[in-house]
Amino acid sequence: MLARVQLPRTAKPGEVIEVRITIQHSMETGFRFELDGRPIPKNVINSLVARYNGAEIFRAEMGSGIAANPYLQFYTVARQSGAIEISWVDDAGNRGAERAPISVTG
Amino acid sequence: MKSGIEFVSDDLRKLQADDFANPGMLWVARGEKIWGEAAGNGGKSCAACHGVAAKSMQGVAARYPRVDPGAARLVNLEGRINLCRDRKQQAQPLGPESDELLALTAYVAHQSRGVPVSVTLDMQNRKDFERGRELYNRRIGQMNLACTHCHDRSWGKKLAAETVSQGHGNAFPAYRLEWQSVGSLQRRIRACFYGLRAEMPPYGAQELLDLELYLAWRAGGLPVETPGVRR
Ligand code: HEC
Ligand code: HEC
Repeated sequence: MLARVQLPRTAKPGEVIEVRITIQHSMETGFRFELDGRPIPKNVINSLVARYNGAEIFRAEMGSGIAANPYLQFYTVARQSGAIEISWVDDAGNRGAERAPISVTG
Repeated sequence: MKSGIEFVSDDLRKLQADDFANPGMLWVARGEKIWGEAAGNGGKSCAACHGVAAKSMQGVAARYPRVDPGAARLVNLEGRINLCRDRKQQAQPLGPESDELLALTAYVAHQSRGVPVSVTLDMQNRKDFERGRELYNRRIGQMNLACTHCHDRSWGKKLAAETVSQGHGNAFPAYRLEWQSVGSLQRRIRACFYGLRAEMPPYGAQELLDLELYLAWRAGGLPVETPGVRR
């Protein structure tokens, strides 16, 4: 599972920064069928967590209503240099993670 | 001449223009990874021979499909990438519409974003071109319509929830909301065959390559948009 995380490379302490995430995932709703009629089992990313230098800063619980290849964005406050790490798990138990570094000076 | 992007909603236009939110960029990012990975018995990556794609692949997609000198037949960009898989990497060719092939094709085509489409017609591709043009103008399927009926005579009109465009291929591989994925130009053309209730040629069929060539010729001058975003 591939994901992209975008945030500013540098920020000043206390600055509000935008974090953007996209993840390649089919987000199967459980309502679709194969050509031969078999139902396609529901499989969505059910939870996603963002941690800033290890501390949780954002959490999303998701369901069938989210389109494939989801896009999320949230804001947080730049505190110290390090990294923001995103990790998630889907209904099939597949886990993924992606991180982006940030340098806080000013 | 208008690209298909001019016929989509504002939301989709914004999505395509946003290099982060554009879901097609996930495939481009995946292609960039594969570009650097060794594969096959040759043990070489694309990068081992072609170096930095931004330089070596710039403008390449705008010239496809073309008659490949080595293969002596018309190939599209996917076909050319698979020639390298086969002959230069001694690796299994990638399946049509596989995520890997879409990712590499989107990545290579993305290096031509903004470059005007320009295929040249010559003795070698003349026959392919003429067959493509003939098929484009031939009535097919139970709907008994030709490509030209919609994409030349009816563009701008509504068809169900969609506005018919001029049917150019310059955004492909493109992300379609309906597919929830990136797909090739052949997949898009096959969808039009399906809509006309005509028998869909299999991926890689000569008819589809001929049509791709004809479409590229009539789109001459439009900028490559890959990865486009469509409904
Ligand atoms: C009944 C009308 C109709 C016919 C006939 C038709 N198409 Fe389409 N085509 C559509 C619609 C509707 C779309 C989606 C909206 C649009 O035009 O981009 C589409 C989209 C396309 C696109 C994608 C354009 C873009 O920018 O995303 C291409 C390429 C295309 N068609 C090629 C063809 C070819 C080749 C044929 C003949 C085999 C054909 N179409 C026949 C209705 C038609
Ligand atoms: C061992 C070296 C080698 C490797 C590995 C290789 N290629 Fe090539 N590629 C070439 C050569 C040489 C050509 C020129 C045509 C020829 O000789 O067949 C070429 C041509 C191409 C072209 C057409 C360029 C044009 O101007 O028309 C594309 C696109 C391409 N390669 C993509 C790839 C991709 C993608 C990969 C990885 C999957 C790859 N190549 C791996 C050597 C290589």
